Amino acid sequence: MAGLRVALFITCVNDTLAPAAGRATVAVLERLGCEVEFPREQTCCGQMHANSGYQLEAVPLARRWARVFGDASFDAVVCPSASCVGMVREQYPRLAALANDDALADAVRHVADRTFELTEFLVRRLGVEDVGATFPHRVTYHPTCHGLRGLGLGDAPLRLLRAVRDIDLVELPEAETCCGFGGTFAVKNADVSAAMLTDKLRCILDTRADVCTAGDSSCLMHIGGGLQRAHIAEILASTG
Amino acid sequence: MSSGFPAAARQSLRDAQMRRNVGQATRTIRAKRAAAVGEVADWEALRTAGAAIKDRALRELDVHLEALERAVTKAGGTVHWARDAAEACAVVARLTRAAGSDEVIKVKSMATDEIGLNAALAEQGITAHETDLAELIVQLGRDRPSHLLVPAIHRNRAEIRALFERELGETQLSTDPAALTAAARRHLRERFLGVGVGVSGANFAVSETGTVCVVESEGNGRMCTTLPRTLITVMGIEKVVPSFADLGVMLQLLPRSSTGERMNPYTSLWTGVTVGDGPQDFHLVLLDNGRSATLADPVGRDALRCIRCSACLNVCPVYERAGGHAYGSTYPGPIGAILAPQLAGLGEHTTLPWASSLCGACYEVCPVKIDIPTVLVHLRGRVVRETADAPRSERLAMRALARTFSSRRRYEAAQKGRALIPLAAHLPGPLRAWSAVREPPPAPAQTFREWWRAR
Repeated sequence: MAGLRVALFITCVNDTLAPAAGRATVAVLERLGCEVEFPREQTCCGQMHANSGYQLEAVPLARRWARVFGDASFDAVVCPSASCVGMVREQYPRLAALANDDALADAVRHVADRTFELTEFLVRRLGVEDVGATFPHRVTYHPTCHGLRGLGLGDAPLRLLRAVRDIDLVELPEAETCCGFGGTFAVKNADVSAAMLTDKLRCILDTRADVCTAGDSSCLMHIGGGLQRAHIAEILASTG
Repeated sequence: MSSGFPAAARQSLRDAQMRRNVGQATRTIRAKRAAAVGEVADWEALRTAGAAIKDRALRELDVHLEALERAVTKAGGTVHWARDAAEACAVVARLTRAAGSDEVIKVKSMATDEIGLNAALAEQGITAHETDLAELIVQLGRDRPSHLLVPAIHRNRAEIRALFERELGETQLSTDPAALTAAARRHLRERFLGVGVGVSGANFAVSETGTVCVVESEGNGRMCTTLPRTLITVMGIEKVVPSFADLGVMLQLLPRSSTGERMNPYTSLWTGVTVGDGPQDFHLVLLDNGRSATLADPVGRDALRCIRCSACLNVCPVYERAGGHAYGSTYPGPIGAILAPQLAGLGEHTTLPWASSLCGACYEVCPVKIDIPTVLVHLRGRVVRETADAPRSERLAMRALARTFSSRRRYEAAQKGRALIPLAAHLPGPLRAWSAVREPPPAPAQTFREWWRAR
């Protein structure tokens, strides 16, 4: 795996609001011998637009993404967000169809095959579970909807967490229920979103975990509140 | 967008009793379904087969419907075609009158709810009696259904006892389900034996044989489809399946997904009229009411695969909290959010495609693999592009953001100005709602890309 050229697809949310998750992603990938590149031209994948009904406005952002990450010298594109990877894999082909853009469809097909969510890349592409992390805290893991059902990450994130030294990993009750974020759902249906969040918080607090972790910063920010939160990359990067 | 689902949901979220009732009921059904599905080794293959059967039927819908008409006619039934709710209601009213009756007994049916049949019949002086226990509860309470399968899911036993005492003249009732059911039975038996016209929907209709299928749990449906002299079935045109063998797949998928049972207690199948046995006068009303228009949308049409099992409602975290009434449509929950706007026209239910966090739990349980999140996102786009419903401020904000994201320079400038930081708080109009219920996160001192450049 040493020498694998990895393009970091940071996502606009991590870049702007959760840079620690991005720094931790770089630390983990470099520790495992990957050569990490950060294509500076990247901005936003267009997920918010596409999911909010502004698909036509998202099309140029999809074209831009495919151009930025289409560089064939990258062995993989890695992203610390399941929902943004889902955008590329599932929605880009539909945007291409909507815009009748065959070139975009082709470009996406080529890049999507080597685009991975972080934990998926570590466990399935690199075949690593122990990334050499130490994290002496009580932690509970919330599988985000796009990771769990969208990408089908299965237990890849949990395998990584179980291999972390000194971690006290506790199961989250009703883990598979949505936290209520859902992008603009949290805006347009703020009341239902808050009701869902309340139930999620109760479950998290019941675990008496010090830290709630997940693979998507947007969900973690929604969960927010008085809880300690850490992107899974931050735990995997930690050395105690 | 101050009306529609968000406002209705805000209202219903305050109804703590409803939330407890719906929460408890959906938790119970969820667990039953999971167990019933878990014991089928080839469940995924069954789902794929179910989706393929429905797709095959929809692909050549005209052919199958005409075959169905021929088969039903040959078997002694009469087929009526109804473009919309008004036409369908008029046919049922006319047939009821022709049968010399001013009453009908009804099998639980979504199609007749959709067309507002009971109210339309009442206008013609015809009384419709619901005979499904939960539909009876809704009807007696002058209430609205809030679930596809369990229309009175928002009511608990104590509420139902009070209703029966008030409306059925029952006294000293307990809240024991058996006692409540016995009270309903006493009331219903007279109708079963006395009313000459039955009205049903259809779960499936087989085009090759002309067989209509109704699936139920209580036996009231069997009564309605066998005792009256005249039987009128109103079915959406998407309920047709090509061959009798297709029922072998569908009848495995439906009960396990719906009630969490291996097999439902009553499956009634009939083909036209059998002389000397059951109804001697059978009418099948084929209802379009927006289905042809739905079929014309290559993404949205997947909603027509729906077999009304309600598994998607039972797993939906939005439905569980908002309840069925908040959807303001005959079809609530995730399937309602994609079906109602298509059947009634996008302009009628513009907020429903947003009544979902896109968590995907609905797609995971759907027995005919309707990718509900994808259809929701597709319909959001259609609402924005084809209706005037999206606020101008939102359109402008989205365009401005897209412009920002389309250039690295503008994006980085926006990051510096932290214009993106408490994104919602800075956006005009309805997007402000986000910051009304939570604190915007504090801005980190350094963006990731600033760190990357400096390292």
